[in-house]
Amino acid sequence: MKSTFRGGVHPRERKELSEGAALRVFDAKGEMVFPLAQHIGKPAKPVVKRGDAVLVGQLIAEADGFVSANIICSCSGKVKAVEKRRTISGAMLESIVIENDGLYNKKEGMGEKVEEPDLSKEGILAKVKEAGIVGLGGAGFPTAVKLAPRDAAAIKYVIANGAECEPYLTCNDQLMQKYAPEIVEGLEITLKLFPNAVGVIAIERNKPKAIEAMKKAAEGKEKIQVLDLPTKYPQGGERSLIQVVAEVDFPTSKLPADAGCIVDNVGTLYAVQRAVMYNEPLFSHVMTVSGDAVKNPANLIVRDGTSFREIMEECGGLKDGLALKKAICGGPMMGLTLSSLDIPIHKTTNGLLLWAEDPLEKAEIQMTACLHCGRCTTVCPQGLMPQMMAEAAEHGDMERYETKLYGLDCIACGSCTYICPAKRPLTQTFKQVKAEILAAKRAAAAGGKK
Amino acid sequence: MEIIIITTIVITVIGILVGAGLVFTGKKFYVEVDEKEAAVRECLPGNNCGACGYAGCDAMAAAIASGDAPVNGCPVGGTPVAEKIGEIMGISAEAVDRKVAFVKCKGSCEVTKNQGNYIGIKDCRSAMLGGVPVSECDYGCLGFGSCVSVCPQHAIRVIDGVAVVDEDKCVACGLCVKTCPRHLIELVPEKSHVRVQCSNKDKGPQVKKVCQAGCIGCSLCVRQCEFGAVAVDANLAKIDYDKCTQCGKCAAKCPAKVIIPPSPSEKEEN
Repeated sequence: MKSTFRGGVHPRERKELSEGAALRVFDAKGEMVFPLAQHIGKPAKPVVKRGDAVLVGQLIAEADGFVSANIICSCSGKVKAVEKRRTISGAMLESIVIENDGLYNKKEGMGEKVEEPDLSKEGILAKVKEAGIVGLGGAGFPTAVKLAPRDAAAIKYVIANGAECEPYLTCNDQLMQKYAPEIVEGLEITLKLFPNAVGVIAIERNKPKAIEAMKKAAEGKEKIQVLDLPTKYPQGGERSLIQVVAEVDFPTSKLPADAGCIVDNVGTLYAVQRAVMYNEPLFSHVMTVSGDAVKNPANLIVRDGTSFREIMEECGGLKDGLALKKAICGGPMMGLTLSSLDIPIHKTTNGLLLWAEDPLEKAEIQMTACLHCGRCTTVCPQGLMPQMMAEAAEHGDMERYETKLYGLDCIACGSCTYICPAKRPLTQTFKQVKAEILAAKRAAAAGGKK
Repeated sequence: MEIIIITTIVITVIGILVGAGLVFTGKKFYVEVDEKEAAVRECLPGNNCGACGYAGCDAMAAAIASGDAPVNGCPVGGTPVAEKIGEIMGISAEAVDRKVAFVKCKGSCEVTKNQGNYIGIKDCRSAMLGGVPVSECDYGCLGFGSCVSVCPQHAIRVIDGVAVVDEDKCVACGLCVKTCPRHLIELVPEKSHVRVQCSNKDKGPQVKKVCQAGCIGCSLCVRQCEFGAVAVDANLAKIDYDKCTQCGKCAAKCPAKVIIPPSPSEKEEN
């Protein structure tokens, strides 16, 4: 194992704001909204209609196709509508709206310990699929698909990702402290799928309590080791972790499974454990509420479909005398700006950051032409040359961007934008160009089929 | 002396042989060129600017000769070139319907609001990625001018938050149509002045909430039209330019004033 990955930056962590806040459950009172597309792949198909009564843990939309995921109701009540609602991405998407009765009546048999859990390969995968588990690190790739690679015997490492390298976020830190044995059990269950694999729990060194807790929980387990990593962004990136653990570097056209690795967030493993051992599908997850403008920063266990506004109010709202200028869903490096707080959280939403000022405003004024200093190249964890990529993008030279500069390998971690002394919006440029190239490819593929 | 004579003879013989070879291959491998195409190519300016949408003047000449491109397709040459090419092709340059790009949005800063404070690259395509809907209307013009930056003729300008096409300069190359992330731009016949200036497919009340100038899908225009040229599809009026006679009755009745009336001079003609 290498000591660290290439590149990376050291943004101010600001984890002290919410570090000490212990996890607590937050039950929302208002209506719950479940967008049908909150994972990678095809949107789910609704199986309930207006007026139906639903319970906690009930399936409300089923996976449509291979790469898709079930959506589970997180409250009890009545289906109010299936209509278009504004989502995190800013687009209006088909969503199931549920009138929450606040009673949280559970579906029968859910959350009770299963006497004899089915720990065969098929049994585990079926449970994970049924529970609608997706990667909780942020991307939301259906876990059942990830855990069933073409050649399970070729997998050498199952990496539990507890790096949590994004500044401000502390929810996984708290999760690991509180539920260490459960996460280890979830990792053990996952390891049953891969006969030749060992489990690695990767945590950044800025979380000593979590490392201690996980080490204690993993004690005596032969196949599992805890790895403490230097604190550096983007340590928690899938590809950064694989660079460290498996010492391989691979293009985005290949999946981690091709490099013999499966990377799962600790939250995902916890969800796997709950699904297999307690028959509990994924309808809640951990989330950090932080930022300079929020009154009581907190780490919450929230139910899917809760609106950001309710979560903000649960944390005491804004500090006195401050007006909200910027709200971010996720971490400050990769998160998305929210257009309004009346938007439901997704399965993968792991943070809500509230600020009274927008640092981008200043950056926009300070922006100059590229200095060609090359700092972006030194920090890129993918080994790309952002400065040249941006130049190619500006000239509209998509071929050079894709084939010469490997621009599609960009993981949009934001390190180049962070380090850029000229304050150029590099990551946004790459996101746009990537979207354009991929759209053109899809159009070409669709044209070829006809 | 001898050397000079031998050299002269050898060079002359080689010259004759090579010349004969060239003549032979020239005849043998002669490529038939469409006479029209060659003639059209002669008329074109030849600066290979690409503003017509083709790779260069040669490609444009081939397209005109085969009938794929209109005779007035060259924006640089303008009317004089179009007339010359029209003579060659036997088509009157005037007879060809000139098309222009048209932005189907009227949502200026006065009638619709912006939402969120988008900070980032000033480009509509980037703004669409950001996660922040920049305008309240989910269909309207964002006003960052992606179309302006791609227009080879500098025919588009963003005025008061909405892209506006200068129809005299537009050559209907279609680059803006492809670029607009909200698919607001369409190529329409220049002569058809009666056009729907909105793309919002939401229901009436929702439209009213976000924009004062949006089509509410009331279908008044459909009832006004005697020629069946107007239809309301998905809460949005659409005009069939082939059927439209430019009478302007729909525009007169439109409560949202979202249909552009024909210009007064034309009304008199009709």
